[in-house]
Amino acid sequence: MSDMQPMLFWIFASATCLAAIAVVITQNVVRMAFWLIVSLGSVAGLYFLVGADFVGATQLMIYVGGTVVLLIFGVMLTASGSYIKIQASPAEGFLAAGVGILFLVVITASVAEVDWVGAHEKLVAGGVEGGFSGEGYNPKEQGNTVRPLGFSFLGMRTDSGNGGYLLPFEIVSVHLLVVLIGAAYLARAKKRVDSN
Amino acid sequence: MKPPIIASTIFEFLNNEGWTGETINFVLVLLLHALLLVTFFHLVPGVAVWAERKVSARIQDRLGPTRPGGKFGWLVGLADGIKLIQKEDLCPKDADRFLFRLAPYLVCIASFAAFIVLPFSDGWVAVASDVGIFVLFAILSLEVFGIVLAGWSSGSKWSLFGGIRESAQMVSYEIPLAIGGLVPIVALGTLNLGEIGNAQSGWIFNWMIFHDPFCFIAFFVYFTVVVAGCKRAPFDLAEAESELVGGFHTEYSGMRWLFFYMAEYSTMYLLSAVAAILFLGGWHTGIGPVDGFLIGLRESSTSEGFVASSYLANLIGMSVILTKGALLLIVQIWVRWTLPRLRIDQVMMTCLKYLLPLTCALFLGAILWPLIMIQITGRPVLFGASVPLGDRVFKTKQTQPKSRTAVTHGIQNLKTNPLLTKDVGQ
Repeated sequence: MSDMQPMLFWIFASATCLAAIAVVITQNVVRMAFWLIVSLGSVAGLYFLVGADFVGATQLMIYVGGTVVLLIFGVMLTASGSYIKIQASPAEGFLAAGVGILFLVVITASVAEVDWVGAHEKLVAGGVEGGFSGEGYNPKEQGNTVRPLGFSFLGMRTDSGNGGYLLPFEIVSVHLLVVLIGAAYLARAKKRVDSN
Repeated sequence: MKPPIIASTIFEFLNNEGWTGETINFVLVLLLHALLLVTFFHLVPGVAVWAERKVSARIQDRLGPTRPGGKFGWLVGLADGIKLIQKEDLCPKDADRFLFRLAPYLVCIASFAAFIVLPFSDGWVAVASDVGIFVLFAILSLEVFGIVLAGWSSGSKWSLFGGIRESAQMVSYEIPLAIGGLVPIVALGTLNLGEIGNAQSGWIFNWMIFHDPFCFIAFFVYFTVVVAGCKRAPFDLAEAESELVGGFHTEYSGMRWLFFYMAEYSTMYLLSAVAAILFLGGWHTGIGPVDGFLIGLRESSTSEGFVASSYLANLIGMSVILTKGALLLIVQIWVRWTLPRLRIDQVMMTCLKYLLPLTCALFLGAILWPLIMIQITGRPVLFGASVPLGDRVFKTKQTQPKSRTAVTHGIQNLKTNPLLTKDVGQ
């Protein structure tokens, strides 16, 4: 599969990019949402390909299964008749293209900045036998990351022995709780105040 | 390099035999797994449709199908398929043709892809993921897209209402489904479906449903949510014939209509099998000596990989889990033909006002249970004779490929972790 993996990578990567382009050039709102599913789902496929099962499943659960479902739900309720087509004005297109190109420049620059060969050599030297292509690679053994991940959320790193991410984890969970309570409060049926 | 996702003992077997190159072996194994799963995916609806007709007929004091295939009409699923494949493939004038044609495939793919991580026996799984149950729920949550898109793209108000109802219902019921599934997982401490199944070997009291009162209630809550999540009666509001004609699939005919049904029955079976793994002992029989014998049979051969005795043990395990799944499927059919349909507001109220708080309470209880047990009885289990669950999980030996051994690695690393070896609070 050393020759299989690049092929799968190219399939998923091109699906991601082509679907992303389709989101931009489609004018029908619901089809846009559909292409967004394809794009985000292919990203999840890329995660599965590199053995990050947990991140891949999270991507599917949160972005594809959560966010886009809400998006489609909203679109479906509003998209009828004249609202179904979205046509951007030339000025908007120009602005968006400018932002997009700037973002592309930043990403390209940061990818070019990384010393990939050096990082690979460091990994090999650091006891990961065989580097990326050999028998023993995969520091987290191909997707079995959830136990070390859980421990590091509780403040215990299993790989380095340093402290984990207990504080960020707690902050995020409290934040989510606040959001949930807020949402429940806003969605609550308002009791009518009796004027008598 | 080892295959990134798909790895199996068959793959290692083929490599050891060495008739062909590694790449060809990989493709062969891939095709074999896919073929087995696709066949299974298509067989389940065929059998389930027959069971549905027979059970409903008996409940209504009729005979049901009697002719196709001989005495019991057991080929009625195939006859239905032949009938539907001959029908015209219609697409309404107002429909969004592209999405209308695509939607049934989306539903089918989401339902089928979830089977990839479902183990049928110890090590008999296409992808032995360490986060199996999480991946399964994540993939299943995509099924709602096909339904929503089918409802919207049909260009009919009945379909649109059906799609909106269905998406609201499925998205809401996903929450108690996941939390209800978490109750046994929290007790076990693993997301790996293989480990979850293997930790429940031995006598029937080792099954998760009997582990603590919260798991016991969680099983029934989970099963209720499964019935609702599969849009089955009494929660089949999306296709309420009396008010919505046929719901989201009103405009579909022939094979495209059949795809929705195949996905529905397969998801019913899939979630029943997951219930069997999470709560009902998975591929274990629940009779101590029999399980011990099967495990012995399997372990006698794990060193060599793919041999007849482990094959036999796995075959028995598979028939056990198929039986458990089928029994739960029959219960779903039985419920459908017994209970009257709820109203849509009652369906949503059942989920958000009753099932959701209930699962949250069960989840909290399952976390507190071992702590309370240690306080009261001095051990983490109710009965002194049974082995604590934590020990059982770590004892599970999975016949998994060599490349999937991170669990033991993680534990070895933990032992040398200074944070853990330090005496805490003493």
